Amino acid sequence: MKEFLLSLLNDETIVYTVMAFVPLVWVIPFALFAVWWERKISAHMQDRLGPMRTGGWHGWSQTIADILKLIQKEDIIPSAADRKLFILAPYVVFAGSYAAYAAIPFSAAYIGSEINIGLFYIIAISSVVVVGLLMAGWASNNKWSLFGAMRSAAQIVSYEIPVALAILAVVMVVGTFDMQQINAAQSGWFWNWFVFQKFPLLFLACLIYFVGSLAEVNRTPFDIPEAESELVGGYHTEYGGMRFALLFLSEYANMFAVSAVAATLFFGGWNSPFGEFLSGPWWGFFWFAAKGMSFIFVHMWLRWTLPRLRVDQLMYVGWKVLVPFSFVIVLGVGLWVMLAR
Amino acid sequence: MGRYFRNIWDGIVTVLIGMKVTWRHLFTPSVTIQYPDVKLKLPERARNRLYVNMDDCIGCDQCAMACPVDCITIETIKSTPDIDLGLTSVGTKKRLYVPTFDIDIAKCCYCGLCVYPCPTECIKMTDVYEFSEYDRNSLIYNFAVMTPEETDRAKAKLAVYEKEQAAKKAAAAALPKPAAPAAAAKPASPMVAAPVEKPAAANPDPAAGGTPGPPLPPEDSSSNPETRS
Repeated sequence: MKEFLLSLLNDETIVYTVMAFVPLVWVIPFALFAVWWERKISAHMQDRLGPMRTGGWHGWSQTIADILKLIQKEDIIPSAADRKLFILAPYVVFAGSYAAYAAIPFSAAYIGSEINIGLFYIIAISSVVVVGLLMAGWASNNKWSLFGAMRSAAQIVSYEIPVALAILAVVMVVGTFDMQQINAAQSGWFWNWFVFQKFPLLFLACLIYFVGSLAEVNRTPFDIPEAESELVGGYHTEYGGMRFALLFLSEYANMFAVSAVAATLFFGGWNSPFGEFLSGPWWGFFWFAAKGMSFIFVHMWLRWTLPRLRVDQLMYVGWKVLVPFSFVIVLGVGLWVMLAR
Repeated sequence: MGRYFRNIWDGIVTVLIGMKVTWRHLFTPSVTIQYPDVKLKLPERARNRLYVNMDDCIGCDQCAMACPVDCITIETIKSTPDIDLGLTSVGTKKRLYVPTFDIDIAKCCYCGLCVYPCPTECIKMTDVYEFSEYDRNSLIYNFAVMTPEETDRAKAKLAVYEKEQAAKKAAAAALPKPAAPAAAAKPASPMVAAPVEKPAAANPDPAAGGTPGPPLPPEDSSSNPETRS
């Protein structure tokens, strides 16, 4: 894609700018419609209908109307808030979650930046989000916001360890951090996907990664940072209008980012499940998006299945279950790879 | 150690069971009724907006008296004996014009107490419950069908009739002995009544003219216990 754009535009700066904005074309419509899907899925899981009126067919344009409302809203900054940090925080959060898209391989033809430490970069840059969340919570000068931000930070820090170890298990099998090479290593039929390789070690790694990623994006059952019933809204309690929309957008962008990483690491990324059948750059994007979306569907599905964990239960699951298991998996995969060589 | 693994296993299995439940509900038909498009049938005796069938109203004012919040305002004009206002659908003779029959539905408490005393069953609770308005004054419903001109005409006619009656009474009191002067007074009355309508209407028999007071009590007392029981 970069070469094609270079031949078209003949200017590196413009090409890199365009490349940087390409994921936005996916992220913003995705976030808009994911909110609607979430509302529809949650409604149907509770035997309701959800939004039905806006736009005609099953309220498809509900979130478009919502975002138009949010844009028009007054920009309120609490007088006791730390003004500069308060304004800066949503941008940091969004920048952190959007930066991860630089190394996400949407298709065989498109990846923002084909670096050989892509996966490492994603793990590292997604931690910037925590800084933004803490910033938002602290700057709001509100007890609930600060509680939410601190819980969020504690949660993400604890769950990054099992997530990183689960990722490491895959990296040991492939031998690279390059996202496109990880994809290429899983080409062919669906039994080549890493979730079915080195059974059951990588399957368990997938499970651990999924649970950990749920915690990293603050989804139920790990949504204690924004626990509505306890903390009003967590770190974004004091935000309204467009700033709130930006925090919300980055939350959904984050959701897709972790789902995309899960799809790439364990489910073959842009590879077609049927070998060469229906493969190619465009079909590759389709498969990649479909896999990412199905993970997001599971996120939503779990949200209406499980109640919220208590903080001590969260720490129990993180440190006493996921971390030991992921160490065992890393050890097992390492031995397997070493002995098989 | 065994308990630790058992806990993890139970955790995974119970989550899967829970997911099965929510998955089933995803395909359960929803229970939502999309209100403005689909409406539930109201119970047969639901009490909602009041409606008055003015064709049957005899202006007896009993609903207004029964109303605990005074939301009904009724004004009546007596009709002259020569006018036939017709019968109601239950066969009661109508003797009063009803130029004003206002219900302030914003005040109404939907108790239904006005419905029971009505001798002709012309005021009733309907099943209409969507009648919000932007202006509170639009919630005052005017059920009366008389135009202001008709009202004025009826009033004028009544005034003329009453004056005539008073004159007749005075004449009868002043000249009680001979019958002839009373007959002589007769030609005078057509002269007064003539501009209004038919001259024939101007010879009222004193018996009919003597009952403009309470026209309805017998009917009420007969219908009240009936509806209450």
